[in-house]
Amino acid sequence: MDAQTVTKIAFLSRLKIDDDKVESTLQEFNGILRWVDQLKEVNTEGVEPLVSVNQNSITMRKDEVTEGNQSQAVLANAPMKEYGYFAVPKVVE
Amino acid sequence: MTDLTKLTIAQARAGLDKGEFSAKELTQAYIDNMEAKRNLNAYVCEVPEKALAQAEAAQTAISKGEAKDLTGIPLGIKDLFCTKGITTTACSNIIKNFVPPYESTVSQKLLDAGAVFLGKLNLDEFAMGSSTETSCFGPTINPWSKDVPLTPGGSSGGSAAAVAADMCMAATGTDTGGSIRQPASLCGVTGIKPTYGRCSRYGIIAFASSLDQAGPIAKTVEDCAIMLKNMAGYDAKDSTSENKEVPDFTKFLNGNVKGMKIGIPQEYRNDGLNEEVAKYWDKAAAMLKDMGAEIVDISLPHSKYALATYYIIMPAETSSNLARYDGLRYGIRVDGKTLDEMYINSRTKGFGTEVKRRIMMGTYVLSAGYYDAYFVKAQKVRRLIRNDFIEAFKKCDVILTPATTGAAFPIGDKTMHENPINMWLNDLFTVAVSLAGLPAMSLPIGLNSQGLPLGMQIIGQPFDEQRVFEASSALEKQVGFVRR
Repeated sequence: MDAQTVTKIAFLSRLKIDDDKVESTLQEFNGILRWVDQLKEVNTEGVEPLVSVNQNSITMRKDEVTEGNQSQAVLANAPMKEYGYFAVPKVVE
Repeated sequence: MTDLTKLTIAQARAGLDKGEFSAKELTQAYIDNMEAKRNLNAYVCEVPEKALAQAEAAQTAISKGEAKDLTGIPLGIKDLFCTKGITTTACSNIIKNFVPPYESTVSQKLLDAGAVFLGKLNLDEFAMGSSTETSCFGPTINPWSKDVPLTPGGSSGGSAAAVAADMCMAATGTDTGGSIRQPASLCGVTGIKPTYGRCSRYGIIAFASSLDQAGPIAKTVEDCAIMLKNMAGYDAKDSTSENKEVPDFTKFLNGNVKGMKIGIPQEYRNDGLNEEVAKYWDKAAAMLKDMGAEIVDISLPHSKYALATYYIIMPAETSSNLARYDGLRYGIRVDGKTLDEMYINSRTKGFGTEVKRRIMMGTYVLSAGYYDAYFVKAQKVRRLIRNDFIEAFKKCDVILTPATTGAAFPIGDKTMHENPINMWLNDLFTVAVSLAGLPAMSLPIGLNSQGLPLGMQIIGQPFDEQRVFEASSALEKQVGFVRR
């Protein structure tokens, strides 16, 4: 990983790293990556990835409304709401 | 009168039903103890009025002879479970004022069984940590501390400390890589992470969804059985919850291990293993053998890769789960000139260091060019780790290992904080079990030379908590651990 990647990953994560923290973050991440690189020595040829231990028993539910008319509850914790909607800062791009 | 806060759930049930004391007296005793021990910082939110109202309703039910398993039993709830109308924060600044309009399935089940809720318990921010130090409310103090304040472990550190200090009769916890078992071990109490899919995750603030499981932390193995029986069960609201009958776990507490095969994984006995931990491990095996169990050597060859595997899969799931905190629908909002800036400002202010570290690591291993090399690779190793257990269980019924690498460590410990990996190593003995989705119990085995508790772990096959309870109750009886 390099400094440019750290900045890019931070943006993809929608997080900001102060300029004077980029180098220490980079060092830390490279240390972690060196540590997880031990997995390279494991032979995984022909091994099916395990996404979840019970993925085979997961069933789809019907796509239908179960509890409707909850807009008040849904909006109750919103930092900003107007006219029964979530409100966001004005964006013109 | 006896100190009501020292009772177990089973003892309190008998006392309540016989009318030796009222539900209100019991709850009040806990409320008094919570106030007296606020210095431990185990609770982040106390709801004494609600608790007393619930106790009164419980007393009415008891008087009518309609008591259920938990009617009038005062519990603490980890602040990761959504509780309707009671602030639920995950101990993160980003949702510090969040009041859920709904109840988690597990906490609802406990309420349905008659439980009284005393308040919400401290944890590492979003359950990410092994010491409760990453909580935005500050660390919980381990009640076993002497001169120096020790951590209770984590992430369910508030739960384990509160049970150990008799600030609740039992508590809910969650376990992703060891978050029930490690704090239970460090606080000298008992906890079980059930099989993945046993408890519904609905309403538990998500961390790493393929690993997160709820479970109880309690004073005894029996109390864990009573709690788990009332927490588990299929829930249509969680697609990963399994449609399996929940056995009455309290029927598996006879301590009968005659003929039971106990596996000992040789790979866990590496050169770095703490001598006292190793000694207690041998002692536990000897005890089970004396009671008629058969000790079998087993091999889990990929277990040494479990931590590295976990630290790829878990951050990846973290980064996608925590993408929902955008300052839009709930939680804090910090304005910016653009929508992106608003997201960035809100998230940068709201999340703590460890959470940010994991989100970024996860984003990296999921990003184009690294997905196969890291994420898919880790998922393949995860299967090998699980296959190891499947093979091992052909030779044994349960597996015995230490729960932790050592006893409780001081708050602000230098070694733990100089490198994040040192803190992560706390999960060395618990994390493979999580990756394999197995049930495992942590229970006290004795004190180390500093007088601090150590724990053993008993691992079972999927949906075979029964034999975990059977073996644990046998060991518990033999150990005769004296709680604080």
